Amino acid sequence: MNFETVIGLEVHVELKTDSKMFSPAPAHFGAEPNTNTNVIDWGYPGVLPVINKGAIEFGMKAALALNCEISTDTKFDRKNYFYPDNPKAYQISQFDQPIGHDGWIEVEVEGKKKKIRIERVHLEEDAGKNTHGTDGYSYVDLNRQGTPLIEIVSEADMRSPEEAYAYLEAIKQIIQYTGVSDVKMEEGSMRCDANISIRPIGQEKFGTKTELKNLNSFNFVRRGLAFEEKRQEKVLLSGGVIQQETRRYDEATGDTLLMRVKEGSSDYRYFPEPDLPNIVIDQKWIDRVKETIPEMPKDRRIRYISELGLPEYDAMVLTATKEMSDFFEGTLANGADAKQASNWLMGEVSAYLNSEKLELHDTQLTTENLAGMINLIADGTISSKIAKKVFRELILKGGDAQGVVEANGWVQLSDPAKLLPIINDILDKNEQSIEDFKNGKDRAVGFLVGQIMKATKGQANPGVVNKLLNDELSKR
Amino acid sequence: MAITEEDVKHVAKLAKLEISDKGIAQFTKQMDAIIDMVEQLDELDTENVPVTVHGLRTYNVMREDKAVPGTDRELLFKNVKTEKDGLIKVPAIMENGEAGA
Repeated sequence: MNFETVIGLEVHVELKTDSKMFSPAPAHFGAEPNTNTNVIDWGYPGVLPVINKGAIEFGMKAALALNCEISTDTKFDRKNYFYPDNPKAYQISQFDQPIGHDGWIEVEVEGKKKKIRIERVHLEEDAGKNTHGTDGYSYVDLNRQGTPLIEIVSEADMRSPEEAYAYLEAIKQIIQYTGVSDVKMEEGSMRCDANISIRPIGQEKFGTKTELKNLNSFNFVRRGLAFEEKRQEKVLLSGGVIQQETRRYDEATGDTLLMRVKEGSSDYRYFPEPDLPNIVIDQKWIDRVKETIPEMPKDRRIRYISELGLPEYDAMVLTATKEMSDFFEGTLANGADAKQASNWLMGEVSAYLNSEKLELHDTQLTTENLAGMINLIADGTISSKIAKKVFRELILKGGDAQGVVEANGWVQLSDPAKLLPIINDILDKNEQSIEDFKNGKDRAVGFLVGQIMKATKGQANPGVVNKLLNDELSKR
Repeated sequence: MAITEEDVKHVAKLAKLEISDKGIAQFTKQMDAIIDMVEQLDELDTENVPVTVHGLRTYNVMREDKAVPGTDRELLFKNVKTEKDGLIKVPAIMENGEAGA
């Protein structure tokens, strides 16, 4: 029997607000334990939460970028559970009126485009951080308690672990463009749970699903799902039944292990949060938030290909992050040629950032000085070989390209009056090469050019050198 | 709607309450009576009445996103029984593994 895999993902994204969702304590990452908290986060009796307007707007922004409808009437609900990372014994979340619903995004797997629907986007608060010791105790840091989150729930539209992977990449990219989150899985600002079931091909009804947790990277999501679809297939083929349960991905073995049999949603005893009045969102507010959303990567790619004439590959690489895409556009705005700017950003710049593990903003490279350098190559002031030296100066120390070139005496030597004596000097010293050239050995020319470049410290204009050298050789 | 002993046991488990067998019987009776009383509301016709989710007719009560420093940890920790290196020390609870969110 052949099976079809059905996958839905729940993605949590931590919002980069200044303060928390319902308390004014700082929502910043990396502080001393329990210093970014107050009595609201601790759930003291009699405290009153107040909604952070910034978090609502970040939630709207993300939902709009994911092509969701915004709920004009929305509210918060209590989700009840006991755990030491949650001192109130309930989490404030959204149950039946999520801020966004009925969205979609497009993903691409092996060149095939596919729309994945998004059921809902809702706002909630994060829990604190619980570290289990080996001594039978847990150690709780409530700094994260109350940090705003959005949960993005997809429809069960994915049919393979690869599609799930592509979906996560697309979600990460879109959210990163909106600027509402750092979306870094390694720092926990993006987290993913996966629901997976299988069904015989042709069957309409979904099979029983299991939920996978502890998927701490995109690769773990893909591997965990690949393991789970095989496991379910084995169970079904041997006549067993799939139990609705939560399973934990084991990073060391790549297996999934039973964590617990799933509690029903009713066990969370959701009810409307009495401490928070409703939120009413009108079209004017939606429009205002919409205006703050930058052009999305998909639209930029289309523009780069159709208007700038870039290859699709360039468009993909340049739009991988908003920072790279903005930098590229800034370089163009400063007068650089699109393909040249693309080549530099995809080549030298990316290689440098990867090897040094840096982001563009960590370097001294600016859109102005990169464009300046590209233009100096274009007008023949510097050779592309020298440009690599200029580039290192610019990315390490900054400054403007023209200034760097002048200060180092790197202007390209193109003047025949200055080049000719050097060329003849080299020829005089290399009689053998002239002989070889006359005997049809082309390699001799390459050798001579190399010697000339060496004598001019790489500053000779290769085009001019080639021409002059050929002239001189024919004279001998 | 009749409340059963199983319902009471289930809710007690969710609320992490330990209730004796005698208590279960007693609470079943009492909760059943409470539910019966609330169910009197079913007599009202609420067909076209929107659900009331909040007691006040106010909405969009919000504050601007501006952080104020957290409360002094020493002060908050006066109510913490056991601590270690600025962390709250509690018995490990692994049985349900749910870390919220």
